[in-house]
Amino acid sequence: MTERVAIFGGVYSNHLALAALLEDAPRRGAARIFCLGDLGAFGPHPDEVFPLLREAQIPVVQGNYDNSVGNNLADCQCGYTDAKDNYFARLSYDYTFANTAPENKTWMRDLPGEIRLNLNGVRVLLCHGSPRRMNEFLWETTTSLAFLERLCQDFEADIIVGTHTGLHWHRALPNGKHFINCGAIGRPANDGRTCVWYALLSIDEKASVTVEFIPLEYDHARLASEMRAENLPPEFVATIETGWWTTCLEVLPMKERARGVF
Amino acid sequence: MTATDTDRPPFLPLTSLDTLWFQVAGTLCNLRCNHCFISCSPQNHTLGLMKFEQFKPHLDEAVQYGVKEFYFTGGEPFINPEIFEILEATLAVGPATVLTNATRFTEEKIARLAGMRDASEYSLELRVSIDGFSPETNDPIRGPGTFVQAMNGVRMLVAAGFLPIITSMRSWEIHQDDEFLREFKARLAEIGYTRPRMKLLPSLKIGQEAKRDHGYGKYEFVTEAMMVGYDETQLLCHNSRVVSDRGVHVCPILVDKPDAKLGVTLRDSLNGYRLRHQACITCYRFGALCSNAGSLEGNRLARSGSEANPALGTTPTQN
Repeated sequence: MTERVAIFGGVYSNHLALAALLEDAPRRGAARIFCLGDLGAFGPHPDEVFPLLREAQIPVVQGNYDNSVGNNLADCQCGYTDAKDNYFARLSYDYTFANTAPENKTWMRDLPGEIRLNLNGVRVLLCHGSPRRMNEFLWETTTSLAFLERLCQDFEADIIVGTHTGLHWHRALPNGKHFINCGAIGRPANDGRTCVWYALLSIDEKASVTVEFIPLEYDHARLASEMRAENLPPEFVATIETGWWTTCLEVLPMKERARGVF
Repeated sequence: MTATDTDRPPFLPLTSLDTLWFQVAGTLCNLRCNHCFISCSPQNHTLGLMKFEQFKPHLDEAVQYGVKEFYFTGGEPFINPEIFEILEATLAVGPATVLTNATRFTEEKIARLAGMRDASEYSLELRVSIDGFSPETNDPIRGPGTFVQAMNGVRMLVAAGFLPIITSMRSWEIHQDDEFLREFKARLAEIGYTRPRMKLLPSLKIGQEAKRDHGYGKYEFVTEAMMVGYDETQLLCHNSRVVSDRGVHVCPILVDKPDAKLGVTLRDSLNGYRLRHQACITCYRFGALCSNAGSLEGNRLARSGSEANPALGTTPTQN
């Protein structure tokens, strides 16, 4: 029978979207749910996501944010090189670090760097950025198919799923393998919509693969109000309310940048 | 290690061939900038224009190796009469970035570029070199009239939906970066570029630049001792090679240095390279010099290197 799993990443302290996902994914037939990391950043009250994840027993891959906060590092290791990107990354990291309880930091420190699944004989590798580097940006328009095939071969996977960039995309590769970026549930996909995105991966008994991206509605107005109450930057709140990215934009390739308005 | 050993230039293996550059215009350029690190000019034939038939086998080989992205430079790539065919073939298999002085664009050429951009699932990035925010600050470096010409090129690119990355070599003190960017962004806004992407580069004190400003100091070399705790993924040569009409070289900065030519095919170039040139210290200090990402401010990498986090993982060995 078909095996169906839900995969999400980039929670960014958006506990309201996380709660919505945990109701939505089982309704769509997902037998299991996996998280690809970056639990904190950007949003309010970072401790609120942990009880939800533990209660639902969600396996979590460690993201760069989780690695940084968990190991008391000086910055988020997001991999930005532009001064303006790093300015906002700093605000976000300092707030998240200061407001995460010690026991949650320890929990994140001990998360695995990858999870491997076998779904109807298909080898699935779950990671954060890429299988070789936790904070590698794999963008839809700057990652060749040949490179993705090489990753599948080097890491002995039929399907690789990552997050990190916060934008969802999928490529069926010429050699029959797949690469999926499951997107982020922490902030919208720079598309002018307030919903956030996750992936449903279905593999039938003939090992045929179906990938669906699910737009997830949640109470974004409430999140925005919580962010304001926490004095988070108005730029972050604007993204939640409008669906357009306002910060950490310089790292985007041209086509991804051109799709947004800033 | 003895003290003598640690003073040696370090050997850096190629960990993963992710990025391939093509020196499509060789050392030929319509301009004669006085900071050019490989002294390109209309008469510098050290490296020639690449023909499509020379380029294509390297592209095919790159696909075999799983190269992730492609970059095109010179000289000025748009003086190569086959540049459009070369870019079209590239965009069928991966993303392309072209480094240009934007002085040779016409509406017709930009329409052709926009067409191939829209037909591809990959990004076509244009990186435009302009070294000042006015004729007074740019033209002494790049030549009379080049500011107006290049800004006109940028205007046409933006009108066609491109978001070119404006690249400037820092000929001012690093603490003046913000002022430079503010001035330049105001000028770009005047021609319709309201969300400009900017990249500042440190100067490479070789070629013409060594005459314009000054060369490297006697002791400015990378040594083995300096690599301890350093994040070598910041160096282009750990994951990149450059192809010219003469063969495969270690990096675009050293492309005219005889010892930096590694062979004829990519296969010949998969071994590492000893960082024996003084220009290597600029990459060491600033990192990400040639990629589209901005360079970090000086010395920051040396710090982040010592805090390098093993959990971030490393790249698998090539082969």
